[in-house]
Amino acid sequence: MTATQQLLGTDPGWIILVKGLIIFVICVVATLLCVWGERRIVAFMQMRVGPNRVGKFGLLQSLADGVKLALKEDLIPKTADRIVFVIAPIISATTCFMSFAVIPLTGTVQFFGHKTILQLTDLPVGVLYVLAVASVGVYGIVLAGWSSGSTYPLLGGLRSSAQVISYEVAMGLSLVAVFIYAGSMSTSDIVAAQNHWWFSVVLFPSFVIYAISMVGETNRAPFDLAEAEGELVGGFHTEYSSLKFALFFLAEYVNIVAVSSLATTLFMGGYHALPGLGFTETWLGGWFTMVWFLAKVVAFFFLFVWLRGTLPRMRYDQFMQFGWKVLIPISLVWIMVVSTLRVMSQRNVGRMATGGFTLGVVILIIAASSLLDSNKRRKAREDELGEQLPPSFPVPEIPAPRAEQLNG
Amino acid sequence: MLNLALHVGATKTPEAVLFWFLAPLAVIAALGMLMAKKAVHSALLLAWVMITLAIFYIAQDALFLGIVQIVVYTGAVMMLFLFILMLVGVDSSDSLVENIKGQRPASIAAAIGMGGLMVTLIGRASLGRSAVGLVAANTNGNVQGLAEQLFTKYVWAFEVISALLITAALGAMVLAHSQKVRSRTGQRDLSIARFRGDSLASAAGLPSSGVFARHNAVDVPALLPDGSAAPTSISSVLKARGDMIESAIFELQPKEEEEN
Repeated sequence: MTATQQLLGTDPGWIILVKGLIIFVICVVATLLCVWGERRIVAFMQMRVGPNRVGKFGLLQSLADGVKLALKEDLIPKTADRIVFVIAPIISATTCFMSFAVIPLTGTVQFFGHKTILQLTDLPVGVLYVLAVASVGVYGIVLAGWSSGSTYPLLGGLRSSAQVISYEVAMGLSLVAVFIYAGSMSTSDIVAAQNHWWFSVVLFPSFVIYAISMVGETNRAPFDLAEAEGELVGGFHTEYSSLKFALFFLAEYVNIVAVSSLATTLFMGGYHALPGLGFTETWLGGWFTMVWFLAKVVAFFFLFVWLRGTLPRMRYDQFMQFGWKVLIPISLVWIMVVSTLRVMSQRNVGRMATGGFTLGVVILIIAASSLLDSNKRRKAREDELGEQLPPSFPVPEIPAPRAEQLNG
Repeated sequence: MLNLALHVGATKTPEAVLFWFLAPLAVIAALGMLMAKKAVHSALLLAWVMITLAIFYIAQDALFLGIVQIVVYTGAVMMLFLFILMLVGVDSSDSLVENIKGQRPASIAAAIGMGGLMVTLIGRASLGRSAVGLVAANTNGNVQGLAEQLFTKYVWAFEVISALLITAALGAMVLAHSQKVRSRTGQRDLSIARFRGDSLASAAGLPSSGVFARHNAVDVPALLPDGSAAPTSISSVLKARGDMIESAIFELQPKEEEEN
């Protein structure tokens, strides 16, 4: 049993209840602020003002929108499968909160006179638990698409299931390197293992793969194919209205916060301060660590919004190809490299052998990539030659300057 | 089965409450899975049974097994869901007609054989042997203990099962894949078909909905010059769904009648 598990094991029941409530409130408030923040940031990027009418800086805009949504008429289509149609948003909205149970929001703090950590429970397989909860959450989307009894939602639901299944593989593989380095699957152990170096530095490729697949996992731009409004009206939630739609909306933003928190915990040192600012961790009786945690989560959220404001939506086949033919093979190779290095360091293999292995891997990667590049170049050249074949129908002569340009 | 597993220690109250709350739900869901008409409902109930089992595993200290059960089986049921949609169709119900000769007796025999195998295995493992208990098995950690068993003693079984699963997945892909018999009809083919057909009525394309009617929604048929409704102006999908508004109320009345 680790220190964290012992610390959490002594919590009386009411503290667990209060913690659960705190997590719930944080998630809901975060959703309201995220919706507002996203609209303001995207507006700033597009040189608009964004919502600024309701409350100071428009801060209460999302609250007003929520009230408006709740007051709307609740429709269920005639062809819908009624039970599944009602269950789907509930599944989405409940599972998204569950993953916060294992995420440590603070270090050791004094909580109404009890020494504890703001973390509901510390499972030895905490990160796997988050993945499990996420895979249940997909059911909400797929069932919503299927039960609507309508074409576009079905397409959106199918797309999202294919998307989440393929990007969950990449996500799981990116986490393997973290497990190998931390020697544990519990979130608190992983945070503790990042005392010296954050895993985003040590395991940079894993971090990049996780960051990409977490955008795919949450159905956010540029990977928001499940609700591509240009192609599928609204995707899986086309037929939803009122509170049921609000639940999907809530689930989307809580999911963003959840994957950002997981990224913070696994790769950015969790609730620990930035390097060199460790002395702040004892301020306010340890509660200041929560500020660090939230700051990192907000940074990830900004990344999400930035991506949405910058990148166009990917085409479905390109997106799938990227997941299966780029992300997964790269993570597999990376895991092999990491585990070999790990075994080498555990067996105390000399520095020469480790260096030689690293050099060999680098040379192999350079060789493989240059082979790919030359293949690509040859193909491009062939295409160019194919274009220059004389057409089979009469064409006017090419003007002289252009002909010179083409023939050199 | 639970009683066998619990020989090690007495059941605590929370665990008993959990069991008596979830076990009936699981059994009902399992029965529902067999009874449900729609294949998708069966898949959903199956997912529910799997999740309840996972909760039981977690309650019995097999944390890793429980979580993996959720990860693997929710993914598996999702695949099942997709295969239902791909192979059987969106709204399909179970048909009880036997397509393959002798499938029913063969499957009953296989089910009984499988059940017998399970019973004998569990019996061999639990009867006449004192249970070690998970506390002893988990001394080096639950995950580590499982990994050691899986990758040393049972590595062969593990590999064989994975090969079996890949074969099953490939089989399903082969079944789901259908070769196109003829090439996709293009715009040109459609145009030719319009003009070479028996009637030239639709040569210029079908009328769009709501034309000359008093209402321009997609579910209201257009009106022909004589004031009657044009049924071809409504999409066949809407017609099949029954989402079509009776056009009579939108028909124009002959002028003489209005004057009367």
